[in-house]
Amino acid sequence: MSDAAPILEMKHVSKHYGGIAALNEVDFVACPGEIHAVLGENGAGKSTLIKIAAGVTDPSEGEVIVEGRRVNFRNPTEAMAAGVVCVFQELSLLPDMTVADNLSIVSPPLRGGLINGRAQRERARELLASIGCEDVHPLELVRDLPLSRRQMVEIAKALAKKPKLLILDEATSALTAADVEHVYTIIRNLKSAGVGILYVSHRMHEIEALADCATVFRNGRRIETFKKGERSVSAIVQMMIGRELIHHYPDKPVPKPAAPVALSAKNLSWGTQLRDISLDIRKGEIVGLGGLDGQGQRSLLLALFGVLKGVSGTVEVMGKPHRLSGPRAAMRAPLPLALIPEDRKTEGLMLPMNIRDNISLASLSHFQKGLRFDGGKEHSAVGKIIDRLKIKISDLAAAVSTLSGGNQQKVVLAKWLMTNPGIILLNDPTRGIDVGTKQEVYQLLRDLADKGVAVLFYSTDYAELIGCCDRVLVMYNGGIAQELMGQHLNERTIIETALNVDEKGQVA
Amino acid sequence: MNDLRHRIHHNGGLLAAIGLFIVMFIIYISNHPVGLTVAVATTASNKAVLLALVAMAQTLPVLTRGLDLSVGMVFILANCLASVIVIGTIGEGLLGITVVLGAGALAGFINGAIIVWGRLQPIITTLATGAMYYGIALYIRPGPGGDVQSDIADLATGQLFGVVPTTLVVLLVIVLIVWLPYRNSVPGRAALAVGSNEQAAYMSGVPVQRAKLLAYTLAGLLAAAGGLMLTFNTYSGEASAPIAGTYTLNSIAAVVIGGTSLFGGWGSAIGSIFGAFVLRTIEDLLFVFDLDPLWQPLFQGVVLLAAVSLGALRVLRIRNRLELFT
Repeated sequence: MSDAAPILEMKHVSKHYGGIAALNEVDFVACPGEIHAVLGENGAGKSTLIKIAAGVTDPSEGEVIVEGRRVNFRNPTEAMAAGVVCVFQELSLLPDMTVADNLSIVSPPLRGGLINGRAQRERARELLASIGCEDVHPLELVRDLPLSRRQMVEIAKALAKKPKLLILDEATSALTAADVEHVYTIIRNLKSAGVGILYVSHRMHEIEALADCATVFRNGRRIETFKKGERSVSAIVQMMIGRELIHHYPDKPVPKPAAPVALSAKNLSWGTQLRDISLDIRKGEIVGLGGLDGQGQRSLLLALFGVLKGVSGTVEVMGKPHRLSGPRAAMRAPLPLALIPEDRKTEGLMLPMNIRDNISLASLSHFQKGLRFDGGKEHSAVGKIIDRLKIKISDLAAAVSTLSGGNQQKVVLAKWLMTNPGIILLNDPTRGIDVGTKQEVYQLLRDLADKGVAVLFYSTDYAELIGCCDRVLVMYNGGIAQELMGQHLNERTIIETALNVDEKGQVA
Repeated sequence: MNDLRHRIHHNGGLLAAIGLFIVMFIIYISNHPVGLTVAVATTASNKAVLLALVAMAQTLPVLTRGLDLSVGMVFILANCLASVIVIGTIGEGLLGITVVLGAGALAGFINGAIIVWGRLQPIITTLATGAMYYGIALYIRPGPGGDVQSDIADLATGQLFGVVPTTLVVLLVIVLIVWLPYRNSVPGRAALAVGSNEQAAYMSGVPVQRAKLLAYTLAGLLAAAGGLMLTFNTYSGEASAPIAGTYTLNSIAAVVIGGTSLFGGWGSAIGSIFGAFVLRTIEDLLFVFDLDPLWQPLFQGVVLLAAVSLGALRVLRIRNRLELFT
């Protein structure tokens, strides 16, 4: 798309897994000094494209050309040596090592053949400062960092390799708003320094803010490449999903204040992370949790599900006192609770286990009759929920790890819906899943609410909160800063309360 | 100051092992009929260094999230081999020592090669190769006996300047020329990375295979160094299966007491040395309190359990139940 010679060129590249083509005869070009957005639903072939470029897998057919030379990367190291560096969505950090170790993991500064710890620390400090992460100490262990800080360290690590082509795969999905701004600035600086950037994101406004051009993938094929502004957002979405979207979000019903309160919390506090939180959720209501990342939203959901120890305050379910003693107790409350966790890979799924076992895991007791386990009943119940959620699977006995991200998330949802919950807590359930699946999740939540389920929905995506929720509680510094509903529920008010500023932009 | 706080946090397990050893050793010495003399220290050191070396050997595969069940057998193989070839003049003896160390490294390399290129699990690979190495030891020395170059042996098990046990110096030198450079080298770093998260390490361009190969090779080398020291202590070789097995299992115990995680990615060989010292001191404590040696396994078990429990104390501080499982 630009006049400069391309950094990366792919010609007729295909990749087959078994009989299925993950990538089909794709031509693709990335140029220096250009921010190229890569769009598509999960399973469209974006990940495969990136993996081939970064040397994680090799193409079944076709040519990959880097700076005019045909290459055949056997591993990520060779790709990095050629200047192609990828920030993967699945974090590639080493949890037991320090931030400084991680940033210089491959080519640490040496003195006399050995690693120079002091120089390495200095380098880490500089790198962290350059991306606005001065709050991270170089000797901190990665496992002690919150997810958003880890993602920044991951970006710093990629920058340390001085890439010619930087690939960002959903690299901002866990970042706070302030970090995202930093990342934007870094990306723009790299662009003016002549670095090529491939930017994969599901967030349309990020792409509008950053990209020079975009390529849409669908079903393993490249659909179209176009310059910024040539296509409207709805046209792009149309290309991605191949079908017309009638509504972005399901209609909200007229509020029914008469419905009984399903979940009521009073004065919940937990260390410095939760401060005096009181909330009521009625049956049939979708209540959003907003605010910047890390303001206590995750802790609040975990506290309500009984995972945290030493929470003060009281919780009532359907007017009856409820003890926060653990997930099993939460599932046995008068209205059973369910928590869709943040990290589906570690807290939501048993990746090597098959789909059926994952789905029925939380509700096995439903199929137990005395000493006999009713496998037939389990099978039909699992089949029903798979149909209901439209989970795309080839075989119930396949491992969950073989599914795409969106379908994995649906499996987590299916698992908890099988328990017939009366109260559903969701921790950013649409992070990193494709547009089509998101729509289905929104519709599902609304359907559940219509049947009387109470929903508490934490999301980092403001548009989602506005579109989906009856009201939104914005959290700041461990407390509920504001409740927004009706006409007061819009992007501006959410951001203002999240940043704790008033209408004039003054810090309150 | 802030740096120091982080460093203490990183080395909690090591510091606990050192503390435990110091406490136990003070109890031992203060109840010893003679007290701390050069002879008492030398005897304690000569015995403790054997397990310390084997425990150091075990640490390296454990850090990569592996395990080496053959360290005790390599230890015994080196002992038997040394009792045959570390003889004659001092020059011939030194040559023999080189061969023994080379054989140990080769045994370790074979373990690593099977694990890396054969993609077999470390635990089963080393169980099998360990049996093979023991078989070779038995072939070399069917019955106990043999000899060793006595000048070298006397020097190695005596004192430097009449006060410092030579075996402690040998151990220190091995830490200085093997462990510390390894820990601060790119492959040593890579080994920790592999143990911490092998996929992430691969994705980051870490030389995963080289790291594992080197870890197992060095493990063989260190275990053989332990076998040499055994030979210098006993002036003979013996292909004893119980000793091989005991050293293997105690090496794992020492690694754990020393604060190294069996899940890999976390720990240090220096911790394992102190873990080994702790285990040895248990035996000495039984001696000074005049208890039946039959109690030793029981006490070892209690100390091991206590050490592991110490590491689990963090559970009491945990306020998010999810962290119990990380």
